[in-house]
Amino acid sequence: MRSSVSRLSLWLLLTPFLLWIVLLVLLPHLQMLRVSFQVRESWDTLTWGLQQYQNFFTESYYWRTFVRTGVMSLFTTFLTLIIAFPIAWYIARLARGRSKGILFMACLIPFWASELVRTYGWMILLRESGLFSSWLQALGWVDGPVEMLYNDVAVIIGLVYNGLLFMVVPLVTTLDGMDENLVEAGYDLGGGHGTVLREIVVPWAMPSIVSGCIVVFMLTLGSYLTPVLMGGKDSAWFTEQIFTQFITRFNWEQGAALGVLLLVLSSVIVWLGLKVSGQSLRKVMG
Amino acid sequence: MIRSVPRSRLFDGLYLAYLVAFFVYLALPLLVTAVFAFNDAPFPSLPWKGFTLDWYFADGSYSADGSAGRTGLFHDDGLLRALWVSAKIAFWVTLVSVALGCVNAVLFERLHFRGKEFLYLLMLLPLVIPGVILGVSILVFYSGMANDISAAWGIELDVFRPGMTLVVMGQVTFIATLSTLVIAARLRKFDPQLEEAALNLGATPLVAWFTVTLPWLLPSIFGAAAMAFLMSFENFNTTVMLTGSDTPLTVALFNRLREGSTPVLNAVALLLMVGSALLALLVMGRSSR
Amino acid sequence: MDSDLFCEGLVRRFGSNAAVDHISLDVPAGTFFSILGPSGCGKTTLLRLLAGFDKPDEGDIHIRGQRMNDVPPNRRPVNMVFQHLALFPAMSVGDNIGYGLKRRKVPVAERRKRIAGVLEQVGLPGLEYRDPQELSGGQRQRVALARCLVLEPTLLLLDEPLGALDLKLREQMKVELKHLQKQFGTTFVYITHDQSEAMVMSDQVAVMREGRFDQVAPPEELYREPATPFVAGFVGDNNRLAGELVAIRDNLAEIRLDDGSLVQGRVASGDLETGRRAELYIRPESLVLSGDALSTGFSAMQAKVRTTLFDGANSRVEAENGGQPVYARLPQDGSAPKLSAGSAIRLAWDPVLARVFGADNP
Repeated sequence: MRSSVSRLSLWLLLTPFLLWIVLLVLLPHLQMLRVSFQVRESWDTLTWGLQQYQNFFTESYYWRTFVRTGVMSLFTTFLTLIIAFPIAWYIARLARGRSKGILFMACLIPFWASELVRTYGWMILLRESGLFSSWLQALGWVDGPVEMLYNDVAVIIGLVYNGLLFMVVPLVTTLDGMDENLVEAGYDLGGGHGTVLREIVVPWAMPSIVSGCIVVFMLTLGSYLTPVLMGGKDSAWFTEQIFTQFITRFNWEQGAALGVLLLVLSSVIVWLGLKVSGQSLRKVMG
Repeated sequence: MIRSVPRSRLFDGLYLAYLVAFFVYLALPLLVTAVFAFNDAPFPSLPWKGFTLDWYFADGSYSADGSAGRTGLFHDDGLLRALWVSAKIAFWVTLVSVALGCVNAVLFERLHFRGKEFLYLLMLLPLVIPGVILGVSILVFYSGMANDISAAWGIELDVFRPGMTLVVMGQVTFIATLSTLVIAARLRKFDPQLEEAALNLGATPLVAWFTVTLPWLLPSIFGAAAMAFLMSFENFNTTVMLTGSDTPLTVALFNRLREGSTPVLNAVALLLMVGSALLALLVMGRSSR
Repeated sequence: MDSDLFCEGLVRRFGSNAAVDHISLDVPAGTFFSILGPSGCGKTTLLRLLAGFDKPDEGDIHIRGQRMNDVPPNRRPVNMVFQHLALFPAMSVGDNIGYGLKRRKVPVAERRKRIAGVLEQVGLPGLEYRDPQELSGGQRQRVALARCLVLEPTLLLLDEPLGALDLKLREQMKVELKHLQKQFGTTFVYITHDQSEAMVMSDQVAVMREGRFDQVAPPEELYREPATPFVAGFVGDNNRLAGELVAIRDNLAEIRLDDGSLVQGRVASGDLETGRRAELYIRPESLVLSGDALSTGFSAMQAKVRTTLFDGANSRVEAENGGQPVYARLPQDGSAPKLSAGSAIRLAWDPVLARVFGADNP
């Protein structure tokens, strides 16, 4: 009797979970995969084929953007980590009492605004008629308006800004839980700043470094607003192409293929990241 | 590097400068956006022309000197409608995600069954799928299904056409994972002995759950709800793929922004920031009590 | 039947390992019954079987003559004080104590009266509205007790509740628990790994090892007449001297220790055979430092002083005999000689106070 009750409760709890995962995650993605292999011969005839994938490789515009998006996302992730680590260290280990809480809250502030608002803020600052341009002119450093928007640097500034929160928070949490004696023991046994950082602090923070990097990378790779609004003519982002296929060209087959490729790219890079750092998805995200 | 290890003056100075620069970087875009919501000029840029509340309250009528009227946020029907659509979407997403989060948390923290590790990984999956793809796949599956059914039998399944239902579904896909993680983290810290103590004092398992376990989870449920609401309200990548004729706020703002920026956008942005901040403070105030 | 708890042949297996292995016990009403054993001996499993959080694979549990095996935990007339107390964090002291009464649908006024009453009895009058987290360790302990006692259970189970307290408070609570048990007259089943807790409080102590009871007896009997070498070694300090059994006479066993001295002790197990190895257990306080004069009938052996361990009334001398350490109590009334490391001493004892077990007996 005991086992039948627990079996019933297991199924009661398992059902919503399975509905969610199967109906919203698994089936849609399988269908997307299927559609990506369908070739439209006329308006109502479909055959199987690799046409969309061939398009991707033959059309240099596609794969160039693809590679560019991947590389820039990796670079952004790395930059975010480098910028966030000293901040997280300060909040977790050097700040005390009230200032600690206040600084931590301050890091969360950008999250109170959506990506759109944040990007908009940067546009007001960077564009030709923007604040930086006006200030530079007022200071007399430049003669005319300067356009700082619509280039890759602007895109990266915006992307790093979007990702910082997701890097700082896990880092602060882990570094805060580190026993200070570990670091003291490191120095006590003759280690220098570099050794202690490399051999004690970074290994300790590794799970949060990896989880921060995964989240930031995913956000960057999948971001749409920032590259579209802040990027220039030559700085296309891969998500834009997916968007174009679906929304403006109604070419679902091609869009699905590009979607599958983006998914493969993100999965491979996340998997590689986990392998190289020796972490597991469960440990890092759960 | 830590307090007990001596550092040089120069290092401290540089570190402090870096911190200041970092927080300026964080605050500047938001600050600028907020300030220009009150600039008495048609474009959100310098020079400062004086303080005005027009971008909130102007009703679009011609002003005394006969110049073209401004339409403030509270008279802008398009934006207000989009705000309402977003609120409705966020409400449903919050409800479904938090309910799923509770059920999943119990499933993964309290029950033991075969294949649990695998299912847990499936649960984490939406976190490593780009938002755009989540939107695209749901569009392809459900809208495609609606198309096929319409073509084959002439039955119109409008729920599965781009629109509010699909947007809610798309957002729930990943927000449910986040709320599961928040609630499960709290449940993990729950001492199962408390439930046993309740049983021991005569409570049935159901009563024990409602009198002991649920009150323990409540702070995390509120936290997850606030997070889900904000995430839903601010989401763009998934939403834009699934939205139909009634556009939610972020999509509406994006369309406006492409036409050109006006201080009304700043006004909306500031309103959103204040709203999020209030919600965050509310939840934090609750959980610290 | 006037036993409050009666178990027969209880078995609980985890895989191939039996955590509870054919345990039978009988606890008369109003008894303070302790189960004493090292960690991992299965005592917690046994307690969980009694509370109903786990089910026995074999055997029956009867409480006041009622078979309990299929009764869920919330219907058993049994309450439990948990190891970490398990006070509900979101509830006040009063709500914690009232929790069980509420489940029984006791009306509010009555409930309030009984909460106040039980708080008075455990010595915490008027603390109903306090938050359990604000209380001291000892006070929380009493709240946990009150939460159970207010329900007037037939049986109160206690799972090492004193473990978390500091030494001094633990000493106090031992005495207090004993008084509370007498005052309420409830049957207590108390599990612990601390022999001093079991000895001070209990009417009966069961010594448990590897899922079985080695001996069930009042504390004094346990101390004076341990039934197994394990009990002899686990309950109180004891010296173990190994040797070869030479003869058995008048219930006294004669052993030749490894250093050659011939000593005697009472026969304590049935498996003694002359010519086989045997072990003699003698308590430090039974050893006297004798000069050359020896009381008639006493056994004695030579030993070499290693060091003295001063600890007030518990001061001891550590000596060695044939490579085995031997401890003897050093009386602090001035009668003990001054001992220096390396000096030879003679340790003597009344054979009636020593117990001899066969060495093969595990």
